[in-house]
Amino acid sequence: MRRGWFLPITATLGFAFLYAPIISLVVFSFNESDLVTVWSGFSTKWYGKVLADPQILGAAWLSAQIAFCAASIALVLGTLCAVALVRFRKFRGRTLLAGTVSAPLVMPDVITGLSLLLLFVAMEATIGWPSGRGLLTIIIAHSTFCMAYVVVVVQSRLRDLDMSLEEAAMDLGATPVRVFFDITLPIIAPALISGWLLAFTLSLDDLVIASFVSGPGSSTLPMVIFSKVKLGVSPDVNALATIIIGFVALGVLLATIVQLRAHPKRAKA
Amino acid sequence: MSTFDAQSAPPPRPRAWSGVERALAAVGLSGKALVIAAPAIWLAIFFLVPLAVVFGISLTMKQFGRPPYTPLLTNEDGTVQLTLHLNNYLRLFSDSLYVAAYLSSIKIALISTIITLLIGYPMAYAIARAPDRWRNILLMLVILPFWTSFLLRVYALSGFMRGNGVINQFLGLFGIPPLVMMQTDFAVYVGIVYTYLPFMILPLYTNLVKLDGALLEASADLGARPVRTFLSITLPLSRPGIIAGCMLVFIPAIGEFVIPSLLGGPSTLMIGRVLWDEFFANTNWPRAAAVAIAMLIVVVVPIMLLQRAQDAVQDKERGN
Repeated sequence: MRRGWFLPITATLGFAFLYAPIISLVVFSFNESDLVTVWSGFSTKWYGKVLADPQILGAAWLSAQIAFCAASIALVLGTLCAVALVRFRKFRGRTLLAGTVSAPLVMPDVITGLSLLLLFVAMEATIGWPSGRGLLTIIIAHSTFCMAYVVVVVQSRLRDLDMSLEEAAMDLGATPVRVFFDITLPIIAPALISGWLLAFTLSLDDLVIASFVSGPGSSTLPMVIFSKVKLGVSPDVNALATIIIGFVALGVLLATIVQLRAHPKRAKA
Repeated sequence: MSTFDAQSAPPPRPRAWSGVERALAAVGLSGKALVIAAPAIWLAIFFLVPLAVVFGISLTMKQFGRPPYTPLLTNEDGTVQLTLHLNNYLRLFSDSLYVAAYLSSIKIALISTIITLLIGYPMAYAIARAPDRWRNILLMLVILPFWTSFLLRVYALSGFMRGNGVINQFLGLFGIPPLVMMQTDFAVYVGIVYTYLPFMILPLYTNLVKLDGALLEASADLGARPVRTFLSITLPLSRPGIIAGCMLVFIPAIGEFVIPSLLGGPSTLMIGRVLWDEFFANTNWPRAAAVAIAMLIVVVVPIMLLQRAQDAVQDKERGN
């Protein structure tokens, strides 16, 4: 097949565009100078500053707790939803469920955030729960939009799954519940892991929805970063960003290795 | 024992199945209902009901107190009264700020979607046509930014485009005076293209990688030039990918808040920012709710288009 120069060149430029700003951020996080873009020597002092900042550490701990709970709730609900959509071909409200679960994928964050806040306020006024806003309300909000991503990941794996294994187990008299836990679950486990990881990072990343549904004293990490960034570029944010990006890159690498180990054929196809 | 029977006597299988199904129905049915009900109830309470609440509150008026809006239902001497205000919606049409913000959001989202497509399509195509050992690495290079914090990528971009940022220092080497890029609409376009590029590439890649190479070879054998082959075979076949990618960029870009507030200037009008200010700066919750409902009307058609494109792909895969 003939190959032109156009595609490789565009692809190279495209990847340069995607990575140059991130690489420059990482490089300048090791800059000694207070001036963010003037290089004056290698230093890790900004990392020391970040790791000694109680506001950042507190927000990071809060964000980690929220992300852990939200990802776990989203994983359970999202897997159930994916099973319902893929395995139960016809049931009343199927189209509505499919539409409702994927809508949060593209719904602008400001609408999701505002609508959930107004719901929480209205619920508090009528039934007295949830009292006030904070950790719990952010977890609920994040679970809802993360669930949509889990459904996408698990759904595509379930669709690829060879139905004959499940049918064989059924023929041998296993109950649907037993088939699910003994056959289906182990096979889709890699998808569950990557779905959970995706939900975790998305929750860790969310600024807009959390800003709406959080209460006084519960500032998540993105909220703290946003208020710092609004004041201008600062070297300690560069260091913090590098730490977060490093964690995420490591996570993606692990998730990819898990996926490749689990389905070597699929990765090649 | 039962296995042996099933193997030696395959014909009565359908009947055996219906027996198994009936036996399981008592246990299985309740389980099945539960599997559907748990996510359905969660989504109803935390996704559908909130949208209804937003609509309700958009019909109230701002007032001082907790909550900061007038009640929809009032109970006076045993008669329940429903009070609806349409002022918020009337203001959306009469106040030029809102109209301008809507139009400018649509314009910015539309132009950046087209630019993202023009950059993303060749990239997706290059990855799909790359040799096997390269493809996974390239794909991971696209996915990595997708997982990396959105906020941090916007921040990285702002450091890159600043007055004394990397680009201007680079231009300075050639004696070119620094360009003003930050706090302009240009920066907002770059920001949207930069952050949403992976959302464009991934659905396009999924589509293009399935493209039958034999069709392209046949076209070339029949004497079509590469451009002609692309226009009459590759492009039409990749339509579902194009629609999905464009909608995944366009819909969230309409309501974008972080990009215009970090990269744009004070004159960059976008509806997501107007909603945010209405809510946080003016504490006018009913007005913010009306803005949200109007935004929902703008995005609902693209959302349905996206759904249809995805259903078409799924039906096709099921058919195969």
